This record gives sequence, structure tokens and C-alpha cells, in this order.
Amino acid sequence: MAVRDYIRDRFFPHMWCPGCGHGIVLNNMLRAIETLELSKNDIVMVSGIGCSSRISGYVDFHTLHTIHGRALAFATGVKMSRPELTLIVPMGDGDALAIGGNHFIHAARRNIDMTAIIMNNRIYGMTGGQYSPLSGYGARASTAPYMNIDQDFDVVQLSKAAGATFVARSTTYHVQQMTDIIRQAISHKGFSVVEILSQCPTYFGRQNKLGTAVDMMTRYKDTTTPIGSKAKKQNPDLIERGIFVQKEMPEYCTEYEKVIERAGGGA
Amino acid sequence: MSENIKFIQGNEACVEAALYGGLDFYAGYPITPSTEIAEHMAVRLPQIGGKFIQMEDEIASIAAIIGASLTGHKVMTATSGPGFSLMQEGLGYAVMAEIPCVIVNVQRGGPSTGLPTNVGQGDVMQAQWGSHGDYSIVAITASNNQDVFNMTVHAFNIAETYRTPVILLFDEVIGHMRERVDIPEKGEINLVERLKTQIKTGVDFHPYLPREDGRLPMSDFGGVHRYNVTGLAHDMWGFPTNDPQIVHGLLRHLVDKINNNVQEITRYKEYCMDDAELVLVSYGSTARSALHVVNNRRKRGERLGLLELQTLWPFPYSLVKEKCAKASYIGVVELNMGQVVQLVRNAVDKPERVFLINRIDGVFISPTDIRNTLRVIQGKGM
Ligand SMILES: Cc1ncc(C[n+]2csc(CCOP(=O)(O)OP(=O)(O)O)c2C)c(N)n1
Ligand code: SF4
Repeated sequence: MAVRDYIRDRFFPHMWCPGCGHGIVLNNMLRAIETLELSKNDIVMVSGIGCSSRISGYVDFHTLHTIHGRALAFATGVKMSRPELTLIVPMGDGDALAIGGNHFIHAARRNIDMTAIIMNNRIYGMTGGQYSPLSGYGARASTAPYMNIDQDFDVVQLSKAAGATFVARSTTYHVQQMTDIIRQAISHKGFSVVEILSQCPTYFGRQNKLGTAVDMMTRYKDTTTPIGSKAKKQNPDLIERGIFVQKEMPEYCTEYEKVIERAGGGA
Repeated sequence: MSENIKFIQGNEACVEAALYGGLDFYAGYPITPSTEIAEHMAVRLPQIGGKFIQMEDEIASIAAIIGASLTGHKVMTATSGPGFSLMQEGLGYAVMAEIPCVIVNVQRGGPSTGLPTNVGQGDVMQAQWGSHGDYSIVAITASNNQDVFNMTVHAFNIAETYRTPVILLFDEVIGHMRERVDIPEKGEINLVERLKTQIKTGVDFHPYLPREDGRLPMSDFGGVHRYNVTGLAHDMWGFPTNDPQIVHGLLRHLVDKINNNVQEITRYKEYCMDDAELVLVSYGSTARSALHVVNNRRKRGERLGLLELQTLWPFPYSLVKEKCAKASYIGVVELNMGQVVQLVRNAVDKPERVFLINRIDGVFISPTDIRNTLRVIQGKGM
């Protein structure tokens, strides 16, 4: 199938600004899904609220566009009630880790089989550029006019500590890596987290004087490096890309089947 | 007659009824006085191959049941005061996206953490007005455990018929009281199953295009029809829109599908109402004390009657107006500062004849409490 077959073109044009990274994530996510040869009827995409969360409306799967921050909790209900379905949850950094932080760590802890794709633009795009828990110390935002004093999360460390069994990071510049990582994340049985650094030229870019979308993407090239690279040793400030965690652990829905057996409810 | 007789708490009767009604997915977070519902679900659901999950909070609980409902399951969550407040955004979502689900609120004393182990009925207004925006909701209650059973099954039937969340507004006394419950045989109570679309694979399916009778056939997530579900105002495909005409039609549909069916949804009971001069209106546990007073006074020849409301929302205005038409006085017995009493005043011709008989201190209202207030209403002094 071509990527186009996964799109609901009836609902285009999309709502993203020119240069927004979220469209790149959509494109490469669909390329990843294409290589997996999954039936569209077996995929459920659940999202919250934000520019990033609008991805779900444009794809021809079962799509559930929910409320801000709660996508993983909705997805948990879908997955547990029908474990054979493939769950993909695109999220903004605010959606995933501010209002949705609690659901995020608990979904990771349960190791329920779904893929959370965190599109990290370090800002609240949808509401016009307020700081997010990923903006980081020193950033500018409409609600941090005198410089942000909030420290940020490291999504990878947080996911690891919370118990995610697949944790990876890429950027909108590294599209081949992104596609490959998303493919592996979806194939992984357990809770997968993929952080994609995704530019918001309209707010984060403008507020922090980072230039155009192309400038921002070029910066992803310059400030990131493959995990464990030589460059990282020489320049510890570089952000690592790649797969940080990929391990087998009991998956939640599979474990619940055992609960049913112990309770004598097996068919 | 059923062979299956149990002596159980109201909370457990609710669980058994939900299972009888076809529930097979439950998500919840423990809170007094509803916790026994979660505990019994955790035991019972896996026994029948169903699923129970304890979520990280009530926001997640209502989210999870909405997700599970979309795959074609009958679902429920249960909570009390603070948890019910946390569920309000999700409740509004279920209204907007028209997801069948049942939410139990075993009411305790409030506001805030209030009186966790005491009874209250302070969430009647919240049940209808708790989430933002205009919408109509169904809220149902019961005064004994057999009725808890029947009303719980009714709640699932209403949820499926109208594609709506339904609130079971019980209270601490009902939830914790032990009583005999006859579990009906299969088939004794009619069950409404989900209306599924007949539209074939490959043909455009409009998940939000109501049929002529207002009902919306569904298609399960995982099935052959892939569509969008959103809490944004949406068109017949479930895709977001601001088109004023479509938005108007959607909001009217959401409200009308409930408000145009008040009679079908309404359940009530009446005692000694035919010639009643003084009508007590009550619901939930307080209807028990009210009934006690009515029965005692009737023995002395006084013309008291009781109208017990089981459906609180949509409020049955016409029913209350009709039943109270001949009454000289109407006393509304409830455990709050006057919530249903306002609705009754709006319903009847002479609102000045409607009085509140209440307690707000976490103590269950006794027949003596009611009698004392009646003396004042009737001008006999304390
Ligand atoms: C309960 C609630 N609070 C606040 C909002 C307003 N809101 C919508 S999206 C959003 C943040 C979006 O940022 P992010 O999740 O990072 O996604 P982005 O738009 O940047 O892709 C906020 C605060 C809301 N919709 N619901
Ligand atoms: S505001 Fe930012 S995140 Fe939102 S669409 Fe525009 S560029 Fe993308």
C-alpha cells in the first residue's frame, strides 16, 4: 500500500503551520506502518489535545481524539478490552508530560503494549507558545517572558525509570532513523516510547530566535548524535539519538489473561 | 421466582446487576463509600472472562471505560464525591462523543473530602451540571438493594439505547446496607444490546448521522468501519467542524435525544398517593424514612403519600406536577441544602407549598426528623 492509502484526504488540508515538524512525523509514521503491513482495521490511533494530537484525524485507522493529557488512559481501555489491536498514541510534550504525566508513568509501569510517540517541540503550540515541561531552563515562552526557570524532564530517563520496555529518540531531520525506530517501537510487545524532536517554528522558533523551520531542523542535525558516539564523548552536551532500551518484560494484557485463568474464567 | 437469593450490600447488588446487564469491562479507583464495587468487580470479572483494571485516578478510569466501550463492550466505573468531580471532563467527552457507559457515584458528605464515611445526597445538581457546556444527562437512583439491582440494569439499557453516559446516583446508606436481593433468572429482565450498523464493508459509514428515530448505530473499533471520534464539535463522519448549522444540529441532537424521551427513561414509585393531602417527595435512602412516616401516619388516618423518584435526570417535571396537583403541602426529603426541592418547586403550580425536609450533617434522616419538620410545616410547632 502507498502512504496515501493511510490518509483521509477528505479532511485535508491539515491544520499545521508551514514548516511544522508534526507533518514530518505523520509522514514517517505512516511509512513505518506501511513496512509493517498491518491491516488498517487492526490499528487504533488515540490522541489527546494539541497540534500534535490532530494527527489522528488525518489517518485512515480507528481514531480516537480525546481530551488533553488523557490519551494513554483511553488507549488503555481500548487495548485491554481488545488486546489484538495495535495502539499508537501520538502526543505533544505538554500533553504527554504535563497534564498527562501521571498517565504516562503508569502506562509505562504496567508495560501495556502500545506505542507513545512524543512530538517534543518544547512548547505548547496549540495554545500559542506557553512553556511546557520540556522547554527547559533559559527558554523563552509567552508565559516565560523573563526566561523560563523551570527545569525540564529528560524523556528518555523518565521513560526508563517509569518502566517502559522500548525507549528511543530521533528528530524530524533524521527521517530514516525516525521511520526505523517507529517501526521497531510498534513491533515491540510492551510499552514503547519514541521521543521525536519536532520543530514549532511559529512559537518556539520565533520566541527563541531560532530562525526558520529549516534552521531549526539543521540545528537538530548539529546538536544530536547517535547513542555512544565519539562525538558524544567529546561534547557531552550533544543529545543522543537511537534506541536506549529494548527489553522483554511481562506485558500487561498477556498477564491479565493469566488472571482470568486463575479466576477460572478462561473459555 | 428466582432460586438465587443473596443477602448483600447495595454496592455488591450493583456489581451483580451490572454483570447481569452484560458488563464485561470495569476501570476504577478506590474511594469510600464506593470501594466495594471495585473489590467485587476485581473478583467477579475475571471469573467470567471480563476485564478489571485499577487505574491511576478517576480521570483515567472514565477514560479507560470510554475506550473499552468503543470496542463494543458494556462498561462501568464507580466512585464517590471527589472522584466524581475528577470525572467531569471525561463525562462531558462521553456525552459529546455519544459513548455508552455507566458511572456510579455512591454519594458521601461534601464538599471536598467532606465526610468520607457518612451519607449525603449533595451531588444531584453536579450530576447534571458538573461538566462544562450544555448537555442532558440521565441520572438514576434507588432506595433498596433490589431496586439497586433493577436500576443498574435499567442504566445499562438506557446507556445503550441513547448512546449516552448514565449516572447511578446512589448514596452511602444504600451502598453499605445489607438486604435480601433476588437475582433474576436470565431473560427475566429485558436487556438492550448495542445497536450495530448494518452498513457493509467499503460503503461510507456515518457514525454521527442519527437515524430517523434519533438512534445512532455503532461500529466497534477493530471492525470494518474506521471513523473518527472526538470531543470537538463534529460532523456526521466525526470530523471536527465549526459550521454553525452542523454545530447547532449536534447540540440539539445531544439534548433532544434525552429530553424527548423523559417518559421512557423515567422510573418512580408511589405509595398512598391517591388521596394524599401531604405529599412527600424523596429518592435514594431518604425515601425509606419518608415511607416509614407515611405508613405510620396512614394508620392514624392522616392522608400522607410518598412519591419516590428513581430517575432524577432528566427531571420528570410533568410527573411531579401531576402527582402533586392535589396536595396541600409537599415536603421534599433529601440530604443536602435543597437540590431536588428546587426542581419540585419548578414543577408544581404552587411552589410556595413546597418545603424542604433535610439534614446536612452526615447523619441519616430519621422518621422522627421528618415528623418534626412536618409539625412545623403544618403549623403545629415543635
Ligand atoms: C484540560 C485542558 N487544559 C488546557 C487545555 C488547553 N490546551 C490545549 S492544547 C494544550 C497544550 C498543547 O501543547 P502540546 O501538548 O505540547 O502539543 P503541541 O500543540 O505543542 O503539539 C493546552 C494547554 C485543554 N484543551 N484542556
Ligand atoms: S503552532 Fe507550532 S506546533 Fe502548532 S502547528 Fe504551528 S508550528 Fe506546529
